[in-house]
Amino acid sequence: MSVRKASTVRAKTTKAAKTTKAASQKKDEKTLQKPPGQLALTEAELKEEITRTLTTNNPHAPQNIVRYSFKECSYKPVLVMDQMAVHFEMEGNLVYRDLDEARRLEGLPKETVKASTEAHPDEEKPDTPVTPASKADKEPKVRSQFNFSEMASQTLNNPMTEISCQTEPPQHCTFSANANQWEIYDAYVEELQKQEKNKEKQKTIQLKEDGDKSKKKMMLTETQYDDINKLGKAAKIIERMLHQNRFDDIAQDFKYFEDPSDEFRGQQGTILPLWEFHYDKIKKLSVTALCWNKKYPDLFSVGLGSYNFTKQRRGMLVFYSLKNSTFPEYIYPTSSSVLCLDIHEQRSYLVAVGFYDGCVAVYNLKREGQEPVYKSTAKTGKHTDPVWQVCWQNDDIENHHNFYSVSSDGRVVSWTLIKHELRFTNVIRLSLNAEDKPSAQQASTACGTSMDFHKQIDYLFLVGTEQGKIHKCKTYSRQYLETYAAHDMPVDTVKWNYFHPNVFISCSSDWTVKIWDHTINTPIFTFDLKAAVGDVAWAPYSSTVFAAVTTDGTVHIFDLNINKDEPLCQQAVMAKHRLTHIEFNPTHPIIIVGDIRGDVASFKLSPNLRQKQKMKKGQVQPKGPEVEVAKMEKLLRLMRGPDLE
Amino acid sequence: MAGTGEGKKEEADYKRMNSFPLIRHTDMPEEMRVETMELCVTACEKFATNNESAAKMIKESMDKKFGSSWHVVIGEGFGFEVTHEVKNLLYMFFGGSLAVCVWKCS
Repeated sequence: MSVRKASTVRAKTTKAAKTTKAASQKKDEKTLQKPPGQLALTEAELKEEITRTLTTNNPHAPQNIVRYSFKECSYKPVLVMDQMAVHFEMEGNLVYRDLDEARRLEGLPKETVKASTEAHPDEEKPDTPVTPASKADKEPKVRSQFNFSEMASQTLNNPMTEISCQTEPPQHCTFSANANQWEIYDAYVEELQKQEKNKEKQKTIQLKEDGDKSKKKMMLTETQYDDINKLGKAAKIIERMLHQNRFDDIAQDFKYFEDPSDEFRGQQGTILPLWEFHYDKIKKLSVTALCWNKKYPDLFSVGLGSYNFTKQRRGMLVFYSLKNSTFPEYIYPTSSSVLCLDIHEQRSYLVAVGFYDGCVAVYNLKREGQEPVYKSTAKTGKHTDPVWQVCWQNDDIENHHNFYSVSSDGRVVSWTLIKHELRFTNVIRLSLNAEDKPSAQQASTACGTSMDFHKQIDYLFLVGTEQGKIHKCKTYSRQYLETYAAHDMPVDTVKWNYFHPNVFISCSSDWTVKIWDHTINTPIFTFDLKAAVGDVAWAPYSSTVFAAVTTDGTVHIFDLNINKDEPLCQQAVMAKHRLTHIEFNPTHPIIIVGDIRGDVASFKLSPNLRQKQKMKKGQVQPKGPEVEVAKMEKLLRLMRGPDLE
Repeated sequence: MAGTGEGKKEEADYKRMNSFPLIRHTDMPEEMRVETMELCVTACEKFATNNESAAKMIKESMDKKFGSSWHVVIGEGFGFEVTHEVKNLLYMFFGGSLAVCVWKCS
């Protein structure tokens, strides 16, 4: 019965179990929950069999070890690597019982005694076992007098790690030669000859002492030439770094300083002094010309000479970089005073220079040496009087460079640089462009003192004369297009406006600066600066801004757009020496001023002097030269308006 | 006979005149070069007749002074091509007819 019960029970249980199992299975099937990150595979991928093999290779063993083989004198890969990876290592402390060590630990005598006893015959056997035992008894007794217990401890030993290193093998190279009797003989003969030559040299050197020194210097310089050359560039960079460190505040001002007090000054502005450029060897020379290099806006050239007719000495042409105000980059001493210079627009290594003795020369900055590449001589038509202005022009049809010069001898001359094949020879061809006065009464020719070419129209240029007149001319015509009765004294500078095609400015020692429209015979603006004006320059960023320097050491900066009558800035600079020239930098808002003492100083224009036209709110500020032209045009119309009426 | 006798004299004179050590090629540093050259001259003068002993002397002294392992060849007529450690080669003439080549290569 019970059995049956049991069976039924069992059956029930089994059934129940089955059902539960089934139920649970069903449950499992129904609620098959996938973990959120499980990869979803397709049926085919699920059925894919992936074999996993067990190999005896250690996956962490390196497979690309390379060792230097001295036999083959090269690096060879090691192919067979030890594949054993030790996962656990423990030093056991079990000692084999029969070893000496174990016996020593237990306190028993060494095995050797027992061995010797065994070798002996049996008679001694009963004796000998006793003695070791007694000895054994004695030994511990001797040792443990007091409560002697052995204590040992092991400090933590840092696990060992293996680091191996292989040094580079010593470098090898091959050498081969032939050792014959004739080679040996030849070598000795050569050596003897050398020695004889040296002896002769020494004899001659003893006779000539001057030659000796120069020869030695030559020898020395030849050997050291390469080293110094390589050092030169590094030294230059370091010099500039030191310069920047020394004049750090100036460099910061140059780049970032905008005078905040300009807001309170209304329209007025100031010029902030920056670097000053001195060079010891140019004492007693005045700055006679300044020119910025358009390609490298930190490089400018200074022509040095003397305006004094009686004290005519040598001159100099130096180039300074703003990065180094302590020493010029290039120095060219000249035999005669430099009066004017111009740097070519595209080829900024070509510099045309006009001298006091009437010569013109072209220097190539890329070349070594201090001589000009081209120089005019009496045969090739140099001027007979000082050359006051040189201007580069565009290359002519045959792609030769050419420039123009004007001089007191009354000629405006065009010089063309022609090269004979590959050699640079001093061949300068000139085309005379006579500047005769239209009236036949005066036989003498006028003396040209300044010149400027129109910025857009190639052939149109202006010449200022000693008589105070300005002539507008064309390069291909002998006659003047127009004459302006400009000043009472020689016209020191004429300059076309960079933007407006009709406007030019002139200055003279008669204390005035006049602005003209070339279509009108009378000046548009006249400014009286209360001292003889040395130079005037238009600003390259605005058609209405110009600067003038006077002999009382003042720089005047005008912006016609803002104030038609008064200068925005009138500042005395450079210890009130007579200022001779001024130039605006084409890219940065700085000006350089040269004076009669040969010093050049640079100044930064304050924001008030660089103002763009103020636009009404909402209007987008137009950019470009058109704006400048329009600005100027508006001004001109304003001035002309009352005239016309 | 007299001619050949004179010829021999000349040869002997020439040898005596030109027995200064002439370095043909070397890339050793200055001190090492001077020392090695003097050692070679000493060895060759000592063992004027036996090149092998001279070479042995040179080689052993070089090994002691500058480390192993050095090779030395002394002779009057031979050609060679050797691989040497950089800055450890000296090739010189001596005594008008002897050529000595010393190099290091382990």
